Amino acid sequence: MAAADAVAGAQRPEPNHGLRIFLIWLPIALVADLLIWFVWGPHMPPGDMSSSAGSQQLDINVMAVMAAPVMAFVLTYGVYALIVWRHREGDDEDGPPIHGNTRIAATWITVTSVIVLSLAIFGTVQLVGPAGAGAGEGNTPIWKPSGGTPLQVQVIAQQWRFTYRYPQFGGFETTSLMLPVGQNVQFNVTSLDVVHSFWAYQLGVKADANPGVNNVAYTKPEHTGNIEVRCAELCGLWHADMTTAGQVVSTSAFNTWAASTKVQLAALTKNLPPYSLTYSPNLVPQLGKAFQQAGLTGAGGGYYGPQYPVQP
Amino acid sequence: MSLPARVTTLIVAFLAVVGGVIFVVAHYLLGGPPTVDFTASGGQVNVVMQTDASSSPASVPDHPTWVSYFIKNPVSGDWVHTTLFQVPASTRVHVTILGYDGSTPVRNQVWGQVSGTAGGVAYYGGTPVKTVNGWNGPYLIQHTFAIPGLNLNVPVEAGPGTCSTGPCTNKAHSTTTFSFETPAQTGAYRWQCFVPCGLSYLDGNGGPMQTIGYMMGNMQVVS
Repeated sequence: MAAADAVAGAQRPEPNHGLRIFLIWLPIALVADLLIWFVWGPHMPPGDMSSSAGSQQLDINVMAVMAAPVMAFVLTYGVYALIVWRHREGDDEDGPPIHGNTRIAATWITVTSVIVLSLAIFGTVQLVGPAGAGAGEGNTPIWKPSGGTPLQVQVIAQQWRFTYRYPQFGGFETTSLMLPVGQNVQFNVTSLDVVHSFWAYQLGVKADANPGVNNVAYTKPEHTGNIEVRCAELCGLWHADMTTAGQVVSTSAFNTWAASTKVQLAALTKNLPPYSLTYSPNLVPQLGKAFQQAGLTGAGGGYYGPQYPVQP
Repeated sequence: MSLPARVTTLIVAFLAVVGGVIFVVAHYLLGGPPTVDFTASGGQVNVVMQTDASSSPASVPDHPTWVSYFIKNPVSGDWVHTTLFQVPASTRVHVTILGYDGSTPVRNQVWGQVSGTAGGVAYYGGTPVKTVNGWNGPYLIQHTFAIPGLNLNVPVEAGPGTCSTGPCTNKAHSTTTFSFETPAQTGAYRWQCFVPCGLSYLDGNGGPMQTIGYMMGNMQVVS
């Protein structure tokens, strides 16, 4: 009986499986893309607080919209195959041998090439357009924002805290990050000890902090709100705790804060070394006096004297 | 090999593995410095610490050459080699740090600024200070006591550095005092020294700067 069914089935005309799969896949892909773009998209990380964050959110949305139909096709094909081409009782016949299909191969190569090349072009545009997309560009940045001199903020990393220096306001240094909305910001990121990474999550800015190196990153805050800064490079026992809070405020509030902080920290600012893009503990001239007073022998150029090995 | 011998070997091997795991858990995970408990009296606690350039092998058997903090047990009066202490929430904490260590220049002068204390000041031998130039004096710094989560930072005045077998008990030390309020939010608040004082380690950042019980620890705030 089963053998008779198999013979009858073999005599039925083969349905157009490709069209079936396409018709199942199309609404799934459309719904998925619409949901991703309009419902999920506005909540994609890292938000849209700044130009760089907004561009990163757009990147993630575009990639998700491109990827969802591919994923939907794979799943649709898999489920279809499990249902339609599953093994049936008594059907011991092998499937027909398949030798290549030029149309399918050409379609596959064309579609994947278009997806990859368009994403490559889109990614390049998105990297150049928003002035490096919030990433560290090294000491000599290629992509700079247009529209006047940006606010300079120096990010100084040390185990385990970030501090921030504002050279355009007398060079005071604070333990929290304050930025004005609507103004380009240039972060000059460096470290006083080991390698850290300055990651201002809501701003979409991430730049490595290397000792003796100035790493430049740009962004433009577009909304006011709170910022959480984290270290994104394993830097020691309390790396996970290396966080600081920050704020994006109105221009007037920022100017008020900067003016009052400049006065409040005047005594401390006098003690700071002259503003520099990098700081080496071995090259700060004022250290010499402290070394002499403390009886240390490192003033000749090394932070620690020759009696101390580099590493025990 | 006979069956009893194989069974015995298997049991011994199994017990060895179990014993090894228990040792690792007990020694490395559950071990560590003790916590000194401070209970409030009249709504405040008094925490007394000292800093030492090095210690006696009896008091710090693991690394007697490392720079270290000690905390005074409020009940027994003994100096405990630890950087873990427990205080009540919403309580005024008076801290006294006896500085037996000599000077090590602060790498970032921003840590020469007193912050987060009552009145925004600390006292060096009774003299109020707000900003200390750790490079040029007149006061020199040996370490800092900083709780980043409370934005608390106090540069600790350098001592004479004549005692090399901590915990020290002589009177040749600096005295840094300050007060602050513990938060209402309970939990662990890390504290650390911001002076790279791990001499003999790369740029002073290793060893005691990376080890709880020496130049970093936790302040546990409880209800």
